[in-house]
Amino acid sequence: MTGDREDPLPGPSIPVLDLGGLLFVSIQGELPDDAAVQLQEDVTAAITRTGSRGLIIDISSLDMVDSFLARVLAEVAASSRLLAARTVLVGMRPAVAITLVELGLTLPGMATARTVTDAAATFGVTISDTVREERNAT
Amino acid sequence: MSQTSAEPMRVPIRKDTDLTAVRQQVRALAQRVGFGLVQQTKLVTAASELARNTLLHGGGGAAHISVVHGERGRGVSVSFVDSGPGIPDVDLALSDGYSTAGGLGMGLSGSRRLVHEFDIGSGPGGGTRVTITSWTDSLPGGIR
Repeated sequence: MTGDREDPLPGPSIPVLDLGGLLFVSIQGELPDDAAVQLQEDVTAAITRTGSRGLIIDISSLDMVDSFLARVLAEVAASSRLLAARTVLVGMRPAVAITLVELGLTLPGMATARTVTDAAATFGVTISDTVREERNAT
Repeated sequence: MSQTSAEPMRVPIRKDTDLTAVRQQVRALAQRVGFGLVQQTKLVTAASELARNTLLHGGGGAAHISVVHGERGRGVSVSFVDSGPGIPDVDLALSDGYSTAGGLGMGLSGSRRLVHEFDIGSGPGGGTRVTITSWTDSLPGGIR
């Protein structure tokens, strides 16, 4: 090891929230490589701990998904599936979708949904519609 | 051909957090020259792929980012330079699905599709230099 290289600090891990049977992960902003790898461990541990059947990953704040991150997402989904939990990816930006397709990465096998509410609905979980109705009413 | 308008900004690539700096600087210049959101995203994604190659395959190096002017208006050009082992078979490395690092094998081949110009120079023992350029004056969809 060279002396001038600073010790890599473990970045803040991504919270895995337990919403009563569904796990929810929201990836915010820039995701360092090591945090992406940590995510897979945290999610699989949370699935076995909580017995969740579903995982919702929100990527609406990501302005870029490269092949590394795409692989992490695919591997999170694959390992979750082996633990009997289904993954739904939510909130991909249009520019990210276009870029991923051009890269040749269409994330086969990953379910997608427009919103967290829609994703929860695929698990038979209803998230209260009141907020959406209020928004539509205004 | 492109003509460099200013001294390129040099961003070292020594650890994976440096990839964030590369992405941010490329995004900033792409916004400054007036790229649309899709084109910004394509260029930043290509830069991220190549910066990771520089780190994983080249043993680290640097990205040189510059605004360029040419027949197709303004553009952003990024060169990734390392002094690693080089790429023995460039054609093979550029084919979809080919990977030596256990990845998806889409990084090099895929990033070529995301930009207007893609230039790779490498010889065994000679390090690798990959230069990508995108222009403001272009059709959407990565048409070269």
